[in-house]
Amino acid sequence: MYPAAFDYRAPKTLDETLALLKEKGDDAKVMAGGQSLIPLLKLRFAQPALVIDIGRLPSMATIKKQDGYVSIGALVRHVDIERSEDLKSWLPIMGEAAHWVADPLVRNRGTVVGSVCHADPSGDWGAVMLALGADLVARSASGERVIHATDFFTGPLTNALKPDELVTEIRIPVPSGASGGAYNKLERKVGDFATAAAAVQVEMKDGKLSRVGIGLTAVGETNLKAAAAEKSLTGQQPTDALIAEAARLAASAATPKGDVRGSAEFKKDMVRVLVQRGLKTAVARAKGGKA
Amino acid sequence: MAEVHMHGRIGESIKRKEDGRFLRGKGNYLDDMELPDMLHMAILRSPHAHATIKSIDTAAAGAMPGVVAVVTGELMAQHKLAWMPTMSGDTQAVLATDKVRFQGQEVAAVIAETKYQAEDARDRIVVEYDLLQAIISPQQSKESKVLIRTDKEGQKDNHIYHWESGDQATTQAAFAKVEKEGGKVVRLHTFYPRCHPAPLETCGCVADVNPATGKATIYMTSQAPHAIRTVFALVTGLPEQNIRVVSPDLGGGFGNKVPVYPGYVVATAASLLIGRPVKWIEDRNENLISTGFARDFHMTGDLAVDKNGKMAALRVHLDSDNGAFFADAQPSKFRAGLFHIVTGSYDIPTAHVTADGYYTNKAPGGVAYRCSFRVTEASYLIERLVTNAALELGIDQAEFRMKNFIKPEQFPYTSATGWVYDSGDYPRAMNVALKQLGYDALRKDVEARRKKGEVTGIGIASFTEVVGAGHGADFDILGLRMFDSAELRVHPTGKAMLRMGTKSQGQGHETTFAQIVTEELGIPAADIAVEEGDTDTAPYGLGTYASRSTPVAGAATAMVARKLRDKARKIASHLLEAAEEDLEWDVNKFYVKGSPDKSKTIQDIAFAAYTNIPEGMEAGLEGVHYYDPPNMTFPFGTYAVVVDVDKGTGQVKVRRMVAVDDCGVRINPMIVEGQIHGGLTEGYGIAFMQLITFDEDGNCIGSNFTDYLLPTAWEAPKFELGETVTPSPHHPIGAKGVGESPTVGSPAAYVNAVIDALSPYGVKNIDMPVTPDKVWAALRGAGITE
Amino acid sequence: MKVNGSERSGDVEPRVLLVDFLRSNLRLTGTHIGCDTTSCGACTVLIDGEPVKSCTVLALQAEGRSVTTVEGLAQGATLSAVQDGFHQEHGLQCGFCTPGMMLVGTALLARNPNPTEEEIRWAISGNICRCTGYMNIVKAIQHAAKAAKPAAAAVAGGGE
Repeated sequence: MYPAAFDYRAPKTLDETLALLKEKGDDAKVMAGGQSLIPLLKLRFAQPALVIDIGRLPSMATIKKQDGYVSIGALVRHVDIERSEDLKSWLPIMGEAAHWVADPLVRNRGTVVGSVCHADPSGDWGAVMLALGADLVARSASGERVIHATDFFTGPLTNALKPDELVTEIRIPVPSGASGGAYNKLERKVGDFATAAAAVQVEMKDGKLSRVGIGLTAVGETNLKAAAAEKSLTGQQPTDALIAEAARLAASAATPKGDVRGSAEFKKDMVRVLVQRGLKTAVARAKGGKA
Repeated sequence: MAEVHMHGRIGESIKRKEDGRFLRGKGNYLDDMELPDMLHMAILRSPHAHATIKSIDTAAAGAMPGVVAVVTGELMAQHKLAWMPTMSGDTQAVLATDKVRFQGQEVAAVIAETKYQAEDARDRIVVEYDLLQAIISPQQSKESKVLIRTDKEGQKDNHIYHWESGDQATTQAAFAKVEKEGGKVVRLHTFYPRCHPAPLETCGCVADVNPATGKATIYMTSQAPHAIRTVFALVTGLPEQNIRVVSPDLGGGFGNKVPVYPGYVVATAASLLIGRPVKWIEDRNENLISTGFARDFHMTGDLAVDKNGKMAALRVHLDSDNGAFFADAQPSKFRAGLFHIVTGSYDIPTAHVTADGYYTNKAPGGVAYRCSFRVTEASYLIERLVTNAALELGIDQAEFRMKNFIKPEQFPYTSATGWVYDSGDYPRAMNVALKQLGYDALRKDVEARRKKGEVTGIGIASFTEVVGAGHGADFDILGLRMFDSAELRVHPTGKAMLRMGTKSQGQGHETTFAQIVTEELGIPAADIAVEEGDTDTAPYGLGTYASRSTPVAGAATAMVARKLRDKARKIASHLLEAAEEDLEWDVNKFYVKGSPDKSKTIQDIAFAAYTNIPEGMEAGLEGVHYYDPPNMTFPFGTYAVVVDVDKGTGQVKVRRMVAVDDCGVRINPMIVEGQIHGGLTEGYGIAFMQLITFDEDGNCIGSNFTDYLLPTAWEAPKFELGETVTPSPHHPIGAKGVGESPTVGSPAAYVNAVIDALSPYGVKNIDMPVTPDKVWAALRGAGITE
Repeated sequence: MKVNGSERSGDVEPRVLLVDFLRSNLRLTGTHIGCDTTSCGACTVLIDGEPVKSCTVLALQAEGRSVTTVEGLAQGATLSAVQDGFHQEHGLQCGFCTPGMMLVGTALLARNPNPTEEEIRWAISGNICRCTGYMNIVKAIQHAAKAAKPAAAAVAGGGE
């Protein structure tokens, strides 16, 4: 249970970090909170030559709102999301999802950006980012690009970043009008990966759903966006029947594997149940005037 | 005369004397130990469940930095240590020589200066295997031509043992009669899956064979240090007076720290060969994949109930999955442990139990996890069967049990399988539980909720279990009779030292056993030091497991204290110049009858034992008692659980859990309740989330804490405890054991609640762990969904 | 790094875990190792007042930080309110999870002096106990919450 040997650098500036990644990115791992990486190092599933600890980079731990989006810096921890009063008013689904990530101790160290970049199909944040339509800002020594969440998750534990790129912030568009969200997670115990989970975020205008975002956890090769389900509801009144149908569509979009948590059939039905519950809650919250 | 309040008598919930060091982080656990010049050992384990070893290449490993030695089975074989005896009379590989027989089996070991270096080098050992088919169930064991124990001469198949109890003929006749006369036979086939005790501290040792003196000191996570010392002497040939096993503070045991593990033997051999201390501490994966697991019983029970609702006969067959070596740590005469307690709390006139054990390609073991030697399995079966019978007959679960309980006036009661139950009052415990639960009102509430479409139920289990192994003629481990011991020495200033042959892993022995002495001799508990675990100083005992400490070593403690009180009377007689028969004992002093102011305290007497003894008497105030219990003790109780089931997800929530226990006289009620909380939580984990399973290639799923799930404070239910006290008539202080009762009795209570909740849908069984997907499938099968 | 208020340092390979640095280099063995998958919490310490799993922190990551282990809870011979709560309420049996539980309890009460039972159970849901069934651990933390000041009397293992 001890990692294999590796080199370690703790750069003090972003430029230093990007230079390191340019030179050694191919056999290096970036570490923020380390709550995903260190377990892999300990089991020797990951044996990078170099670990780049970005924990000393300044100004990366901020949550702020600007130009119509919320910016989550690379060193914002799960617990910071839980405790953010600002986020409770801007995007309450964030705090609700943060509550479900791992356990309280891991939440004190792990980061949102790190978790998203880890791209575990059972990761909670990926589903939330898909539901919220988030963008990831990737910096490298040669510049910057913005990757939309739907393009970011390319396979289990793989993302669209190049070896020399670092995600410095996640940008989430702030809803303009009435909105509501919910994160529903089925887990066998605190700290277990999800059996299935669903992130739902809706915006409403004049009694109809103007935007629907549904992201799924643990039921595919990556976090999934239930696009057909979203489409079926967009522009519609959120009736029970339509919600039930959307939930069924979300379940058909899921491609879970049967395992000790249950059969694929079971997990698909859990998607249906969780999306149904999530939609009802999200709509109620949107109608309730609270975001 | 003024009443003395003696602090720490039996029945008092004094705070624990041992807490100080643990609260300060100064517990002395195995991995905290560091000896000068100490080396670290890492074990290489087989990735395959069943394979022949073609070659092992240790050259690269041996050249790694810090490596002092690489040990293989071949090297151990040269010292006749490649195989060792198990506690069930079989043999077990220490390091594999010919084949590997389970995933995780020990193949080689690296000894290096640091543990990081040991692991680095371990990664460089190259082993070539030829895969063989893996056998992963008793059924497969029976049917397959593949032979697992090719090392055992005369072993022609994968069958280990056949064992029977009860009377086949009378039982068969009783079944026939019931069937003929309009009664009912209820059958339950159920699997008690493999799980694991998983104490928070893993197993390990520091072996220190001193080259100058030849003395081997082995610090070891052991619940039974003396037995280990004797086994080591027999296995290694080291003279027993030169072996000292020291069991330090243990971070939990639950039966996991009873067996001898290959790591202990390899570390000791390595220390002997190298001449330096060697530490081996396993990581969690190693603990779960290779050390003493629990359960893995496939059971079929038939209960014959006559047309008046009286149980007439019980028939049980079980297949036991014992893994690759028969290494159950249990009394030698009982191949299936104490399973034949399976008639439980009920007056069943005749019963027949058959048991067959099988080898499979899995870790060896089976007796562990607070099972009281397989009583968990037996209790689970009978309590599930009885609830199923009640549901099938349309009789209330509690009423059906009441009707069939052994009655208080029937004690001592001889069961159909030969147990002589010492004492019990099952109806009383049941009534206390039902009252505490508000059972009648709750049943009505369940009906009302069901009408609204809710899925909810109440489960009951009224267990009787058997602990306190045990009378020497019947109970031995590898021939060592299962007595236990207490040695008590009182110092001149009236303080005392108590040493026992048991070994606490958190049960509070430093407090509760002192309390026995306080009760018998009047020395305050705070003045009594209690020591266990060092075989150089502690009297010989068989250790702590199977809830035996209070029944056996507790009895020894009372007996030795009484021996000292007898001597104290003689000294008091001398000091008071009164005849012994004219003296009365009162809490902590002898006084002359009729002249209460003429008295001597135990402290006066202790001082006199060294300074002013009668002519001809030996100085000192000390003694030892080896106690051979005349019988086992039979703690019992009734547990009741209320559950609510989420129709959409199949998740089960325990709304209430009432547990009424009767363990006879309670020495320290606070400590007893703590044991019960812990066991009920383990039972919850077993019922709802714990599973070690294998895929068809024998790969173990459940060898880390992300797969093998332990309940946190968030999942664990809140418990409402009650008690009744029915003393054991044969125990010196009327106490029975209690540590395992909650793990024995609760799984059936939890599962019965779920079965009750699903009974309107015709569901009769869900095997543990009762996970949401299984409940969902049962509901879906009945057309229930959200 | 600061450990229990004192400056401590050492020379370690980058791969050395904080729990190993504490236990092996600094010989503070009150922080325990119970698993290998960041699942059990036996290794819990406080970093800048926040409870974390020290088996999943590199020693180097704690450089310049303030670490509190169980050995830092008592003030000399005087146990902290949380430690005393565990003693009074029988919140420990084998003691292996206890340091972690107490540190989480300490951090919780610093942030939330009057937690509900639910809040306590949620706060310790990253720490496994095999012995107590959690009932008395909850009571221990509640006891500490009620206590106005730390225990006046030391517990030296003598009981009372």
